[in-house]
Amino acid sequence: MDMLGEETIVYERPATLTDLSSHYCPGCTHGIAHRLAAEVLDEMNFRERTIGVASVGCSVFAYNYFNFDFVQAPHGRAPAMATGVKRVLPDRIVFTYQGDGDLASIGMGEIVAAAARGENITVIFINNANYGMTGGQMAPTTLPGQVTTSSPTGRDIEVAGFPIRVSEMLSSLDGAAYVVRRSLHDPKNIRLAKKAIRAAFEVQARGLGFSMVELLSTCPTNWGMTPVDAIHWLETKMLPYYPVGDYKVGPAVAEIKI
Amino acid sequence: MPPKGRIEVNEKYCKACGLCVEECPQEVIGLAANRINAKGYHPAELINAGCTGCGICAIVCPEAAIAVYREIAKVKEPGA
Repeated sequence: MDMLGEETIVYERPATLTDLSSHYCPGCTHGIAHRLAAEVLDEMNFRERTIGVASVGCSVFAYNYFNFDFVQAPHGRAPAMATGVKRVLPDRIVFTYQGDGDLASIGMGEIVAAAARGENITVIFINNANYGMTGGQMAPTTLPGQVTTSSPTGRDIEVAGFPIRVSEMLSSLDGAAYVVRRSLHDPKNIRLAKKAIRAAFEVQARGLGFSMVELLSTCPTNWGMTPVDAIHWLETKMLPYYPVGDYKVGPAVAEIKI
Repeated sequence: MPPKGRIEVNEKYCKACGLCVEECPQEVIGLAANRINAKGYHPAELINAGCTGCGICAIVCPEAAIAVYREIAKVKEPGA
């Protein structure tokens, strides 16, 4: 392409991301979530005092992609580990990055207890309606009738029960200061997701308590779709069941202007 | 005149998912049909003139592979 005259940079790769190419499948919105977190930490100038807690699942390798300290928690125990890190080093920004198999299934006890204690940590929760890393099995967030490798005829609610709406559930806890759900399916919603992640880190920086951002995400490989079809599936199937919105915004949090 | 822009795709990261191709409002991004990157994907590239540097491709890119530049508009002389 022709070079332009004097030009301005509209967007470039955030410095908080390392220069590694990710292991995520083409079109997986994990990459968008990583990028948003990196952009926010760059903007807030928090990189040198942030500690991430990686979960088990596809996001287990998050520590390779962020250019700051990371620890790796046993399956589902990221909020417990983040609690320990934050209590020992209260001046650090501590966040967990968890998928739905990790947070909503084996780690449900830890996340509920951490939110109930009002632990001053931030949780980024990726909801893609299945277990991505192990091959697309049914997760607590799998939609009724959704075909997965362990529900080949579709999730039968008579046998497997109903999906869990984590944000709504955690919002009932007094300890939770900021609990919202956002989606990563189009540019507008990605911008809103970034704003929510920024707000969540602001909540932690001001010591206001537990903050969580749930991000609706795609899993093109395990859903058996192209990346573009997966985005449409998220929009038409997941959004009606998991509406985006602010489920808990504490009174002190509502005063934060971003 | 709409603003002029351009994108640079870092082919090391691009996985040819096509989300930028789908979302580009000017429809000027395509996947390079005749070459592949080190991972074997056909990387995204500008295929037509008309990029405005809006940055939407970078917002939807899961690999943070796209850098976006926009020409600084010349300020008109007052009274011109």
